[in-house]
Amino acid sequence: MDTIIRDIQNELTETKEFPKFAAGSTVTIHYKIKEGNKERTQLFQGVVLQRKGTGATETFTVRKISSNVGVERIIPISSPFIEKIEVNKTGDVRRARIFYFRERRGKAARIREKRSFAK
Amino acid sequence: MPGLIGKKIGMTSIYSVEGKATPCTIIEAGPCVVTQVKSEEKDGYNAVQLAYGEKSDKNTPKALQGHFKKAKTTPKQKVAEFDGFDDANLGDVFSADLFAEGEFVDVQGTSKGKGFQGVVKRHGFGGVGQSTHGQHNRLRAPGSIGAASYPARVFKGMRMAGQTGNAKVTQPNLQVVKVLADKNLILVKGSIPGAKGSFVKILK
Repeated sequence: MDTIIRDIQNELTETKEFPKFAAGSTVTIHYKIKEGNKERTQLFQGVVLQRKGTGATETFTVRKISSNVGVERIIPISSPFIEKIEVNKTGDVRRARIFYFRERRGKAARIREKRSFAK
Repeated sequence: MPGLIGKKIGMTSIYSVEGKATPCTIIEAGPCVVTQVKSEEKDGYNAVQLAYGEKSDKNTPKALQGHFKKAKTTPKQKVAEFDGFDDANLGDVFSADLFAEGEFVDVQGTSKGKGFQGVVKRHGFGGVGQSTHGQHNRLRAPGSIGAASYPARVFKGMRMAGQTGNAKVTQPNLQVVKVLADKNLILVKGSIPGAKGSFVKILK
């Protein structure tokens, strides 16, 4: 039965190729916004707190601090509004869901960058 | 109402052209075979009996085997009656293309069983709402169920604890979002009663 659901998701939602990112990554999302009949792109840069779900219903949460207020956005990964996702940094975190990050402010709210030694 | 027997596959969401996500339930609708045609003269009412789902000969009683043989078909898991099919003949096959995209259907199934539940879960009672001031063990109790010497009985239909779920539930007016006729699948907007893999009746 799960294969039927997967087949339908593959058929009905177009999957875009995004670079690999996980909790702890710093990403910039290019998000299309419709105002009246004009369309423009908005950028949202922040730290990924979690990725949740599978297939067409997968979402990810991005958190940033905007004028001293924490802002979080939950974005469906198959949303047609996403134009592009840029991965700015890959964080070195131990957890798949870094909710502890919400309590961190200032200098404490830093995530070590994952070093990759691949050539 | 004409309709089909189907099986709940599961849920997903699909995105419209405007980018709106719609939660959808996938239902395998048919193919259903007509195994009996009931008529006014013979049975007192008009209806069509449809059968759905493959089943082995070994697990089918001889009497039912004969019933399916009459319609020149293999034994089926589920049979149900529908009205509103005009001029259907024994052995006819109906499949998901009975439904059109955009039309509204009712889906009937058996809801998930929740066992014997108290009034808070079963009827949405508020409970006490206070854990101190002498509540001890009355937090989820129903409270009074009536007056005293008059009427000296509990009224019929008083909402109390009991078996919850596992009952026939009809979810009306669900929009058919997509029909995949080649796979016999339809997608309806929203949720439908029952667990994954359970049989449902889809009524037009």
